[in-house]
Amino acid sequence: MRLLARRHPAVAGGVAVLALVLIATLLAPWLIGHDPLFVDPLARLRPPSPQHWLGTDALGRDVWSRTVHGGRVSLVVGVAAAVIATGAGLLIGLVSGYSRIADALLMRVMDGLMSIPTILFAIALMAVVKASLATVVVAIAVVEVPRVVRLVRGVVLSVREQPYVEAAVVAGSGFATILGRHILPNTLAPVVVQATYICSAAILIESLLSFLGAGTPPEVASWGNIMAEGRTYFLVAPWIILAPGVVLALTVLAINLVGDGVRDMLDPRFAKRL
Amino acid sequence: MWGYIARRVLATVPVVAIVALVVFSILHVAPGDPAALIAGDQATPEQIAAIRGKLHLDLPIYKQFALWLGNALTGDLGTSIFSNRPVATLFLQRLEPTVALAVTTTIVAVVLAVPAGVLAAWRAGSLVDRTVMGTAVLGFAFPVFVVGYILIYLFAMKLRLLPIQGYRPIGEGFWPCLQHLVLPSLALGLSFMALIARITRASVLEVLGQDHIRTARAKGLPTSRLLFHHALPNAAVPIVTIIGVGVALLLGGVVVTESVFAIPGVGRLVVDAILARDYPVIQAVLLIFSLTYVVVNLIVDLIYVAIDPRISYRGGS
Repeated sequence: MRLLARRHPAVAGGVAVLALVLIATLLAPWLIGHDPLFVDPLARLRPPSPQHWLGTDALGRDVWSRTVHGGRVSLVVGVAAAVIATGAGLLIGLVSGYSRIADALLMRVMDGLMSIPTILFAIALMAVVKASLATVVVAIAVVEVPRVVRLVRGVVLSVREQPYVEAAVVAGSGFATILGRHILPNTLAPVVVQATYICSAAILIESLLSFLGAGTPPEVASWGNIMAEGRTYFLVAPWIILAPGVVLALTVLAINLVGDGVRDMLDPRFAKRL
Repeated sequence: MWGYIARRVLATVPVVAIVALVVFSILHVAPGDPAALIAGDQATPEQIAAIRGKLHLDLPIYKQFALWLGNALTGDLGTSIFSNRPVATLFLQRLEPTVALAVTTTIVAVVLAVPAGVLAAWRAGSLVDRTVMGTAVLGFAFPVFVVGYILIYLFAMKLRLLPIQGYRPIGEGFWPCLQHLVLPSLALGLSFMALIARITRASVLEVLGQDHIRTARAKGLPTSRLLFHHALPNAAVPIVTIIGVGVALLLGGVVVTESVFAIPGVGRLVVDAILARDYPVIQAVLLIFSLTYVVVNLIVDLIYVAIDPRISYRGGS
């Protein structure tokens, strides 16, 4: 870890922040003094103070505890969307890279999908389904899949031309073996890096969706929801939006830095230095 | 060269077809009856039937698609369920603020980010470089509306330099219009700027390592001429690409920014439509935004031919 800190201070910083966030959100129920659902009308819209580290919202709920609990929701959305998008993208990308006919069709479809602005696409998808945590995750995953497909397809196409794959084919290896043993391992590194970026993008998109009212249902407190509720009170109580916003930004930043770090570590040029 | 152009233009046709198909199918992909979905939870069977007739949902799917597409191509984008007015009219009414915002944002982003990226590449590894890149990394992390609210808090509430929200049409004066657009364009443009700065730096850095730059330096050319006359044009291709790609960011971000700054543009129209489940509006705006993106990318690809003569020889891909 110290080696990491010396070589890549930014990445180490990112890992540290992320670890903090993760620990805070995982330990949330035991960590906080205040119940995030506890409504205290007498303490509405209080600015940050020793009793309420990040102030209170319109219903008197402690913003700090809501932020920490909201973090669990947002992180779950981020990770789940990343996993689903990566899985689906991997599958489709492998098929596309291997079969020329499927490729011609799939690439046109992916190009078309990528032409629709992400947020609009996600909002439109959310508009046709009943809002819930699951649908938000699926909507975000669908929107992110084309990029993963593109990435995987690129890797498959380049690996396919390699001599060792040709040798494997000549030696009589089955389709599944070639895919599993030669092609898939090569796709894993860029896909893992892309997955971290999808995770941070998913957290951002979820907050945008919830802010517009098209994301997680109001009873589920995600960072986006907390900020959406804080809109009306922004002029008198800016901390309701600013606090979760800054925490979100730091988390996204941390994930991006970790992604950059993983990418640099997996780059063969740097492998020796580890 | 004309062959490349023709091929590139033709290549957009299948993409546009897919976009139209996807935008149209979003309504039908959901489980359940689309008419009931639009009518809402409290609708009576008569209301649902009325909506079904209005939107021709009783026709077979391919006929609906053909009808919708045919109408769209002739400019009839349907009628809003919510307000009963033609979608095209609604769209055109709200167009000016959105275009003003988008144009201002692009100009601000390019004018600020490209020189910053060039500077960062020129002084790579220095404090300037690290500051620019650090800001860029931060720019990606903040959601647009958080940046917007932070800017409002700092410049409108605390320092009282700029208006908090709202929009003044150009007809009411150039300066008031610009004043109201400063904060929104900065908010919307931050992630755009971060992207441009990053790519500019990487691209210029690569060009600066090349021999012809060393020669120019050895000749004693002043730095500004070196950077902007020799390095930047050669680095231009990825930068122009990213500006094109960034338009997609813009089109999506406009929706949120208009919400934060209470700008009565197309973004707000779409958000209201989505909350009201006003499908014709949603489909029309989605289609137009996606087509805009496709067209912008087409223009970017065609600009390549003008900037980089090598591309037309290699042919399109």
